[in-house]
Amino acid sequence: MTTTDLPAPGELPEIAVDPAAFRHLADAQVAVELDTGDMVLNIGPQHPATHGTLRLVVRLDGERVVSADPVIGYMHRGYEKLTEFRTYPQITTLINRIDWLSSFANEVPFIAAAEHLMGIEAPVRAQYLRTILTELSRIATFVLFLGEMGLQVGAITPAFYGFRDREYVLNLIEAVTGGRFHPNFNRIGGIKDDLPWGWISECKSVMQKVLASCDEFDDLVVGNPIFQKRTRSIGIIPQELGAAYGVSGSNLRASGVDWDLRRDGPDYLVYKDLDWKVWTHPDGDSFSRYWVRLQETRESARMVLQMLEQMPSGPLMAKVPRIIKVPEGEVFVNTENPLGEMGYYVISKGATGPFRTKIRSASFSNVSLLPWLLRGVYVPDIVTILASLYFILGDIDR
Amino acid sequence: MADAVETTAETPAEIPAEVPADPKTELREQAADALARLQAELGDAIVEHAAAYGDVVVRVRRDAWRRAAQVCKDTLGCDYLSFIAGIDWMPTPAVAEEGSGDTSTPAQPKEQTYGVAGSDGRYQLFAVVMSTRRKSWRVILKTDLPDDDLHADSWVSIYAGADWHEREAWEMYGFVFDGHPSLRHLYLPSEFEGHPLRKDYPLLAREVKPWPGLVDVEPMPGEAADADDAAAAVDGGESA
Repeated sequence: MTTTDLPAPGELPEIAVDPAAFRHLADAQVAVELDTGDMVLNIGPQHPATHGTLRLVVRLDGERVVSADPVIGYMHRGYEKLTEFRTYPQITTLINRIDWLSSFANEVPFIAAAEHLMGIEAPVRAQYLRTILTELSRIATFVLFLGEMGLQVGAITPAFYGFRDREYVLNLIEAVTGGRFHPNFNRIGGIKDDLPWGWISECKSVMQKVLASCDEFDDLVVGNPIFQKRTRSIGIIPQELGAAYGVSGSNLRASGVDWDLRRDGPDYLVYKDLDWKVWTHPDGDSFSRYWVRLQETRESARMVLQMLEQMPSGPLMAKVPRIIKVPEGEVFVNTENPLGEMGYYVISKGATGPFRTKIRSASFSNVSLLPWLLRGVYVPDIVTILASLYFILGDIDR
Repeated sequence: MADAVETTAETPAEIPAEVPADPKTELREQAADALARLQAELGDAIVEHAAAYGDVVVRVRRDAWRRAAQVCKDTLGCDYLSFIAGIDWMPTPAVAEEGSGDTSTPAQPKEQTYGVAGSDGRYQLFAVVMSTRRKSWRVILKTDLPDDDLHADSWVSIYAGADWHEREAWEMYGFVFDGHPSLRHLYLPSEFEGHPLRKDYPLLAREVKPWPGLVDVEPMPGEAADADDAAAAVDGGESA
């Protein structure tokens, strides 16, 4: 269609307007109480605040949420079934993909479970490397959150900072393991390779950068009045309820529960040799979840710096048979992952693969609280609450 | 295996960790304490108890499943629900005949054996509860469900988080939880039939497409008649 087809401005056709059609607009100004009825709003499955494919069926009364029902399973890959068809070394490849932001941390409890059953203990240097890489993946996960959370309240800049810092850390992980997201670097009995040349000094400078940018986030986001208005006293999780729902990790610590499996669980890795602190916040709202994660990012960076100083030399692998057969038995190993408690209940019948593996993932329980947590909040707060809970869809659906 | 045994013998001398001397039988101090309190409260509702790497595994009668949770929460202070899940102890059906070269699935024992703390039958329900206030304070609970009556009491009124875990166990194993507000599909579409985590439910992906290690083998150059057959098969496939 060319412009000549359009009528000239002067000769527009007359349209008859029935004033009755607009009567409701006038009425709306008169009637103070309008029956708005319930409206069902589908959020997702594709929504930037959900990091994947979470669908929320929200029933609204005006701007308030009456009920919210998360619909999950769009990314269900059946890992618990698949583990019954794989050998132990193959399974580390699978479980890398559960929480893909901190893949390395996922491997640790599963490998530990297999090692417990086999009666193997990884050498000290391997334990140190595991701890360093776990903390690095924690930092990579959290700095992304620190930026992303700003994005959800309308601030673009923190997101760039978050992605920039995560890139530094991912480069470090890639330099050691060869994989940015799926390292697959743990072996039963130790770790595959030693650190590359020059990595330690590189890591130290990156940790300084991370500490500096944490201060930046502190100024830019935590100190920002708009951010505080959007997050303070919104989405409060009570301690008892959070625990009964199995909410774990920073989400529970932000409700004032002083509980961190790195310190309070059965000993694993080398956390008992380090000088560090568990951060909590008494409020339990979206803001405190942000604050706790910010402090934990700093704490992790400090832990990595400590470990680089005190890491001993030594072998990287214990003596492990060539074909890995795990003796009969059951063990439950859970660790403090960036998103919360990650656990594997491994049942072995003496074969090369497990008989049954129950994967307890953090986000699943964290998100199961949503129907309770979202009741009565306003629509714009849904997004900030979702972002502040910080879940990964692969970790919910498995 | 001999290597592995050697390593265990050496390591405790180097690192004085809290690893029990014999993990199969010894309980962590806290777990022994928890077991004593559970025994005092539940009495003969406890069918069996055992140790799993320091943790205590307590198998309770099915009618005491809910009371056990209540005792764990009120008396033991286990305020945190880690998970509830099911086990199917049926031996894994063999995917391929022996000697066929199919190494896709680890060969599991063919006889039906039961893990720590035993079981009366094929189906079992198990859960882990923990305390957020005491160090290393956790209990693993198990209960048997008879094959013809897969019912158990729901924990939703004690641990609110049991909701999704029980929906998952219902979907994956067909366990029914009495008192659960709405047992509906969690991961799978609502028209899905069957219980995928039961051992007799086949891994469908493997049925549709055979193990690639078996079919994608190319003959070495200069290999006998097989090579020609394979080439012909490829040609035929292309023309069709």
